[in-house]
Amino acid sequence: MALAFDEFGRPFIILREQDQKTRLRGIDAQKANIAAGKAVARILRSSLGPKGMDKMLQGPDGDVTITNDGATILEQMDVDNQIAKLMVELSRSQDYEIGDGTTGVVVMAGALLEQAERQLDRGIHPIRVAEGYEMASRVAVEHLERISQKFEFDVNNFEPLVQTCMTTLSSKIVNRCKRSLAEIAVKAVLAVADLERRDVNLDLIKIEGKVGGNLEDTELIYGILVDKDMSHPQMPKQIEDAHIAILTCPFEPPKPKTKHKVDIDTVEKFETLRKQEQQYFDEMVQKCKDVGATLVICQWGFDDEANHLLMHRNLPAVRWVGGVELELIAIATGGRIVPRFQELTPGKLGKAGMVREKSFGTTKERMLYIEHCANSKAVTIFIRGGNKMMIEETKRSIHDALCVARNLIRNKSIVYGGGAAEIACSLAVDAAADKYPGVEQYAIRAFAEALDSVPMALAENSGLQPIETLSAVKSQQLKENIPFYGIDCNDVGTNDMREQNVFETLIGKQQQILLATQVVKMILKIDDVISNSEY
Amino acid sequence: MPIDKIFKDDASEEKGERARMASFIGAMAVADLVKSTLGPKGMDKILQSTGRGHSVTVTNDGATILKSLHIDNPAAKVLVDISKVQDDEVGDGTTSVVVLAGELLREAEKLVTSKIHPMTIIAGYRMAAECARDALLKRVIDNKENAEKFRSDLMKIAMTTLCSKILSQDKEHFAEMAVDAVLRLKGSTNLEAIQIIKKPGGSLRDSFLDEGFILDKKIGIGQPKRIENAKILVANTAMDTDKVKIYGARVRVDSMTKVAEIEGAEKEKMKDKVNKILAHGINCFVNRQLIYNFPEELFADAGVLAIEHADFEGIERLGLVTGGEIASTFDNPESVKLGHCKLIEEIMIGEDKLIHFSGVEMGQACSIVLRGASHHVLDEAERSLHDALCVLSQTVNDSRVLLGGGWPEMVMAKEVDELARKTAGKKSHAIEAFSRALVAIPTTIADNAGLDSAELVAQLRAEHHTEGCNAGIDVISGAVGDMEERGIYEAFKVKQAVLLSATEAAEMILRVDEIITCAPRRREDRM
Repeated sequence: MALAFDEFGRPFIILREQDQKTRLRGIDAQKANIAAGKAVARILRSSLGPKGMDKMLQGPDGDVTITNDGATILEQMDVDNQIAKLMVELSRSQDYEIGDGTTGVVVMAGALLEQAERQLDRGIHPIRVAEGYEMASRVAVEHLERISQKFEFDVNNFEPLVQTCMTTLSSKIVNRCKRSLAEIAVKAVLAVADLERRDVNLDLIKIEGKVGGNLEDTELIYGILVDKDMSHPQMPKQIEDAHIAILTCPFEPPKPKTKHKVDIDTVEKFETLRKQEQQYFDEMVQKCKDVGATLVICQWGFDDEANHLLMHRNLPAVRWVGGVELELIAIATGGRIVPRFQELTPGKLGKAGMVREKSFGTTKERMLYIEHCANSKAVTIFIRGGNKMMIEETKRSIHDALCVARNLIRNKSIVYGGGAAEIACSLAVDAAADKYPGVEQYAIRAFAEALDSVPMALAENSGLQPIETLSAVKSQQLKENIPFYGIDCNDVGTNDMREQNVFETLIGKQQQILLATQVVKMILKIDDVISNSEY
Repeated sequence: MPIDKIFKDDASEEKGERARMASFIGAMAVADLVKSTLGPKGMDKILQSTGRGHSVTVTNDGATILKSLHIDNPAAKVLVDISKVQDDEVGDGTTSVVVLAGELLREAEKLVTSKIHPMTIIAGYRMAAECARDALLKRVIDNKENAEKFRSDLMKIAMTTLCSKILSQDKEHFAEMAVDAVLRLKGSTNLEAIQIIKKPGGSLRDSFLDEGFILDKKIGIGQPKRIENAKILVANTAMDTDKVKIYGARVRVDSMTKVAEIEGAEKEKMKDKVNKILAHGINCFVNRQLIYNFPEELFADAGVLAIEHADFEGIERLGLVTGGEIASTFDNPESVKLGHCKLIEEIMIGEDKLIHFSGVEMGQACSIVLRGASHHVLDEAERSLHDALCVLSQTVNDSRVLLGGGWPEMVMAKEVDELARKTAGKKSHAIEAFSRALVAIPTTIADNAGLDSAELVAQLRAEHHTEGCNAGIDVISGAVGDMEERGIYEAFKVKQAVLLSATEAAEMILRVDEIITCAPRRREDRM
């Protein structure tokens, strides 16, 4: 294939070791890529919507994950194909950017590819298809903007937020108690939200899980939860009005970084060294005590002697606390992380109304609750559940719900879910298609068809007749010119998504369409695939 | 156009019906595996480990069996996981939860083959589980107020739990022990405070609960073997060579005399430390770390009993029992809290010498000494006792109890059946299936005992048709009987956990429509 001839007619080789490489060109390459992309989308298609099914993934070490979160499925799928990897990236970027709709974006991209294949068969050049898609996506995004609605909420009235989060959670396994989880997610986001700047730092929300109990026991803690216990078993288990010293230096003899040697050659030196050592421990504890700390949280370990001295002076302490947790504690309690004992001052102590140790189950598992902090802007969601997989899945679901709530605080616009937004866009794109002269018109129509595939998949997964349901809803929307009609997945009896309270965020939907279009454009532009065959 | 393979080599994908079939079969296989261990007449399993020594475990504890299995089927792993959680959380019912989940899936499989969508089944199961729990809640008995009755409840629960284990011969004896031990904890669930010491020899009946505390250690040579009115210092400190902890310190000398001097100083230092310890006015010193010969000798000279190398839990328990604090520095003898006990003596159990602390101040911790013919018996006895202790400690916190012997399952099944009749739509099939799965548990119990399960369960169902019936299967006499009269009780918390986690697990497996298996990670050592 990649063989050329010079002016004397002698062949020369362009690609090194070309016979060991497989190569696809032209329309074959596009077809192969489209097929791969479709295959990935097909896997996710059945996970879409409130009645979507889960996937069971067995990792390389035999660990089992059960999930219906698109991003997680794709990430763990061990994909080899290049185009399939692009789809994985697509879902991941939706996850980073928006946090929700990771399945929808892949299904959308798959549908676009499917339609593109049809256009290619007609003989339309892939670039023209790509351009048509670009135009259509612009139309769709603008239309979304038009049909979106602002909705009002404030710190006291967060019911609309809860409703939106419930839409997200309803497609997960946790939908049994979606109401309470949605409330927890919204309260958590509102607690850390900066409503002035309209921003939410999700790092301030820590999600902890512990196996056991049931999902209903999941709680929101206005404070920090640390999976550690007191360093000495006889220290008090509960401290009220704690002043916390947050240290990153160990309660151990100093270990200077530079190499040094302390030579002992006489008995006197031995004695002085011993005295100094004792004094050192004493001083460390005394310093903490002097500044008025009533609890010490340390990143490192304690020497036995120091540990006892702390206990002796009635200064409870926690050791081996991780760096991230330490930072969160510092933020929550308004304290400063102190790297050296000399720098301890009363102003650098963190304050918390209540610190207590709580034990779980029959095994010796204890956790430390730090509550009523000076700065309440750090919260923890503590998940309980029947088994490990359940907890992991709940974590992912809560993460999605948190992202949705954050997006709403950033941008108050919403569109209606249940496929309503897609159907409305499809109608708008279809109508706009006729205005464009040229071959792109066909691509734009294809885009409209592709948009229909999302509600179609929803209907299919819910056990409804997909074509019948979709056409009924579509005609209803067109007739009444109201973009609120969607697929009635839960068999409630009404198509009106306003009544069902099924919302999605505007930016989430827009992002889905834009990202999917971009990836599809990229895939369509590839006309040559060169890959090293087995090595 | 053929679709290129998307996955890496060795990764596999199973879809739709096949995936569902694979997970159903895996889960049911696991459930069937432990099924025969259910109930008072359940059989045991021998587990042989593949590790060095091929150590053998004989058990009928569901969690222990499942933990030691090497399972490749992902759905089966879900079941193993729920059984493990059940063990951690309530301690008992580890077999029941797996059997129930397996039965739920078996019923679900039938429904799926008759073309009912898994989501509909899940919706039905959820309704049924909710209804079953309410049915139980209506019938719970709570005797928290009446201490005497509560204790007898606990006794009955302990006996019911123990009767399916190896201890069933002496269940009254062990139930008494377990109840006493748990009541001493005064509501705490920290079972660490109950120490179980296993000593081969004697028979199970010789096992006993000791009010005091037993430490599996020897008394140093030349030290008193018996101390009355002991003052105990519990410590965690180095009593070998007390190292200089300052980093980089080393001894560098240029003559032999200097070496001798330093050695002398070192000894002096140790002597100082011992003297400081002695200044506390103690006559017993228990250390977590080693005590070298030299300090030991010093202690012996002073007539102080020194015990070395008590493990960490031992130290902690000793602190709990005697009320002393665990000390590491000894400069302020006046402010260190010492532990007290009336009598320390060396006792013999079988061939081993143990140290016995009796007449302790705070009775929160206690020791149970298990005797038995072999290590396997002892291990199994410990597991059984542990189950009983777990259940009891949970019951102390949540004092609601239910009758046993398949009674709760029948109560639930009846309510669920009624719900099925009232529910319209396809869901009602799933609800009915749920009640069938519940009935499978008494059926299995009867089957395992070699009884005519079909006959008995039918009788039971008829009995339960009357309001307020207490009938259950009495495996010992092989007939349907009044459970309240026979004193067969179970903890509500256990039953609830079984019900909820089995439903949750079944739901999780049902929702799966595709299994993607990654290529197993290549081990380096195979190269």
